[in-house]
Amino acid sequence: MAFGPFLLLALMEGLVTAAVLALAAAGLSLVFGVMRVVNVAHGEFYMLGAVLAWAITTMVPGPPALAFLAAAVIAPLVVAALAAAADGLILKRLNYDPEATIVATIGLLYIIQQAALSLYGPNAYPVTAPFEWRIQFPWFGYSGYKLFVVLAAGIVLLALWLFMTRTKAGLIMRATQVDRITAQTFGVNVDRVYMGTFALGAGLAALAGVLVVPISQAQYLMGHDPLLLSFIVVIIGGLGSLRGTLIAALVIGLSDGVISMFFTPTLAKILATLLVAMVLVFRPQGLFGAKV
Amino acid sequence: MRVWALHLTLLAVLFSAQFWLSPYHATNLARIMVLAVFAMGYNLAFGYTGLLSLGHALLLAAGMYAAGLPAQLWGWNAGPTFIAGVAGGALVAAALGLLALRTAGVSFMIVTLMFAQAGYLTLLYFAPVTGGDDGFAIAASSRTLMGFDLSTDTPRFLAALTIFAAGLLASLILVRSPFGRTMVAMRENEERSRMLGYNPFSVKLTALTISGLYAGAAGAAYAILFGYVGASFATIQYSILPMLYVLLGGAGTTLGPFLGALLMFALIEAATRITTAHQFIVGAALVVLILFAPKGILGTIRERWARWLP
Amino acid sequence: MVALIETRGLTRHFGGLRAVDGVDFALQPGEIHGLIGPNGAGKTTFVSLLSGRIPAQSGAILLGGEDITRLPAHARVRKGIAYTFQITSIFPRLTVFDNVALAIQSQGADALIAKTRAALTRVGLSGLEEQEAQTLSYGHQRLLELAMGLALNPRVLILDEPTQGLAASEIDGFKALVRGLVPATAVLLIEHNMEVVMDLGTRITVLTFGRVLATGTPAEIRANQSVQEAYLGA
Repeated sequence: MAFGPFLLLALMEGLVTAAVLALAAAGLSLVFGVMRVVNVAHGEFYMLGAVLAWAITTMVPGPPALAFLAAAVIAPLVVAALAAAADGLILKRLNYDPEATIVATIGLLYIIQQAALSLYGPNAYPVTAPFEWRIQFPWFGYSGYKLFVVLAAGIVLLALWLFMTRTKAGLIMRATQVDRITAQTFGVNVDRVYMGTFALGAGLAALAGVLVVPISQAQYLMGHDPLLLSFIVVIIGGLGSLRGTLIAALVIGLSDGVISMFFTPTLAKILATLLVAMVLVFRPQGLFGAKV
Repeated sequence: MRVWALHLTLLAVLFSAQFWLSPYHATNLARIMVLAVFAMGYNLAFGYTGLLSLGHALLLAAGMYAAGLPAQLWGWNAGPTFIAGVAGGALVAAALGLLALRTAGVSFMIVTLMFAQAGYLTLLYFAPVTGGDDGFAIAASSRTLMGFDLSTDTPRFLAALTIFAAGLLASLILVRSPFGRTMVAMRENEERSRMLGYNPFSVKLTALTISGLYAGAAGAAYAILFGYVGASFATIQYSILPMLYVLLGGAGTTLGPFLGALLMFALIEAATRITTAHQFIVGAALVVLILFAPKGILGTIRERWARWLP
Repeated sequence: MVALIETRGLTRHFGGLRAVDGVDFALQPGEIHGLIGPNGAGKTTFVSLLSGRIPAQSGAILLGGEDITRLPAHARVRKGIAYTFQITSIFPRLTVFDNVALAIQSQGADALIAKTRAALTRVGLSGLEEQEAQTLSYGHQRLLELAMGLALNPRVLILDEPTQGLAASEIDGFKALVRGLVPATAVLLIEHNMEVVMDLGTRITVLTFGRVLATGTPAEIRANQSVQEAYLGA
């Protein structure tokens, strides 16, 4: 294959990565923005989404598309409910102290991972894509499902943006983000906003997990890389800034696709982690984001 | 007075342990003492100075590889190997601090996490030299000090105890010194400390470097006493463990790190008989501690009953 | 005579707000200099510039003739400018002894215990050494704050609203204490309590809108027409 088509393939793979990443990172960013909580267990919610998708599709009879649709609806809801419980039982009692919540979510990460290992096992299982359809380019064929993932992620993110900017609930969340105390004095039930935000953030990660599972299988350790990448995206995009997060997801996803294609993935990850550390040290508001 | 008595009694009990413990348990205790040195270093940064790092695995691995690579490549013996490890830990900590200490709080946690992750990936990237996740064994000649093979039972135990004792007594002297008071002042109220004439950056950098010295010593000791070096010691897991030990035993107490390491080991050992889910124990311990006993065991005892505990 | 502290055209703006706007000021050795002005006149910003907690945008700060404008806060403390906070800022979970020892040992660790006890005796807090600072009464916490400032053995002591929240009886003790500091230490006193300033101050500077309105003895300030209009008479 010539260089051009090779680059096209790399860019398309990068776009898929970017789409999944944008969903997961939007959840992380939302939680940090509104609650000032750095959720280290975020990758595990992603993993739970994928594992639950496997469980649901194996249980639901009928055509793959129907089973997958069921998974895409149920898995994020279950994970969101779990997250809401974790918020009420743990984070709320810590008064959302930033450092204490990090320690607690590290604990949560271990607990969820172990639960998945004990109940689901160490093996990776595939999930059938809801439809089989290949786009034929002159040089290679490409999975139509992957393009569907990009489209679906785009729609969900658009819906999220509309929710945050056009609905009352979104307004309340943004108000809480700007000033928790004032929001409280205006009668906003901050506890409920926080619980809802944490659930929404986890649900987004789970949905990303569901979307990715027909491409890359479900496995109990799969939350690790998305966590790291989401962190990278959220920090480079500017902590708590949704628009910055989206731009950064595109940049990171595309460059990850390209760099991984032409260099080793390990080198790409080393460069990305160093970049994040340097951004936090020298430009804490992120490369694209407004000041926090 | 009673402070010294308490610490020396503990060391005496540990010394006697080699006579009444089975070889299996004595080896475990040696391992615990080495990891406790790591945790003591973590405690100096986190417990006393208030630097909550998520990247100490980098410092442990720095000590381990600074000791292991010269042993592997040039056949150094145990003495210089250990010194190289200590220096490696301190040096990497100082470099980490120069960058990471420009940030504070949550940013500091993430920056240290990211640098440690980059360090781990670098070890993987250079797997032909570092052995990657599989690591490599340290040759017998590099485990030998004054004719004793330090990876055999009795010499290993005594070497671990010596390093532990040195670390413990040094940390006791340090935290009771004027500089120890300055470290605590940074933790309690950085702005006030600045207006008393202290440069927060240099105080924190010194504390982190000392912490790295401990981590380096632990990493080098582990390499020599257990004859193995591997990238798995650079994973996030090994940044979490010292935090867990310190939180359990009591942050900002001299004996907390050892107590936490000992109890956590015992807990996992006991739990393995019932279940293989020891990750669950680690996770649950973190959540329970941070929720219900953020001061840890010795921190709570100090608050309630024994104000004199250092 | 070389002024102990001198500022020339010292300026600091926050956005459009001219908090400190070209202030020329001199603090002479051995004096108690009152700094007064209506709320928002820039008093706290001005002393924050002196102590280095906020960097200056333009102008110069001299300490005994030496330019310290670019020096970081902790280095200025070591050169002899001590600052006590308006809102009590102590180490709440450390003992009273440790609080003061931290100030003493930043000058050197010899005779630490004796010097710390002496500093505590000076403000009348001896006997409370082992108590946790947060358990002290408010008045005692203010005294501890003052003891920490004194323990630095400064050439200039900046007191930001030291009598705020003190009872009348405590204020008398405080005044005696401050009088005892001069002439070894010069004092710059921000104070809302006019009685205290007029009583203690050898000279007084009035700030309004970030600028110096007048400087003089208490009697001159009382008689100054523009001060009365801008501040006292209002």
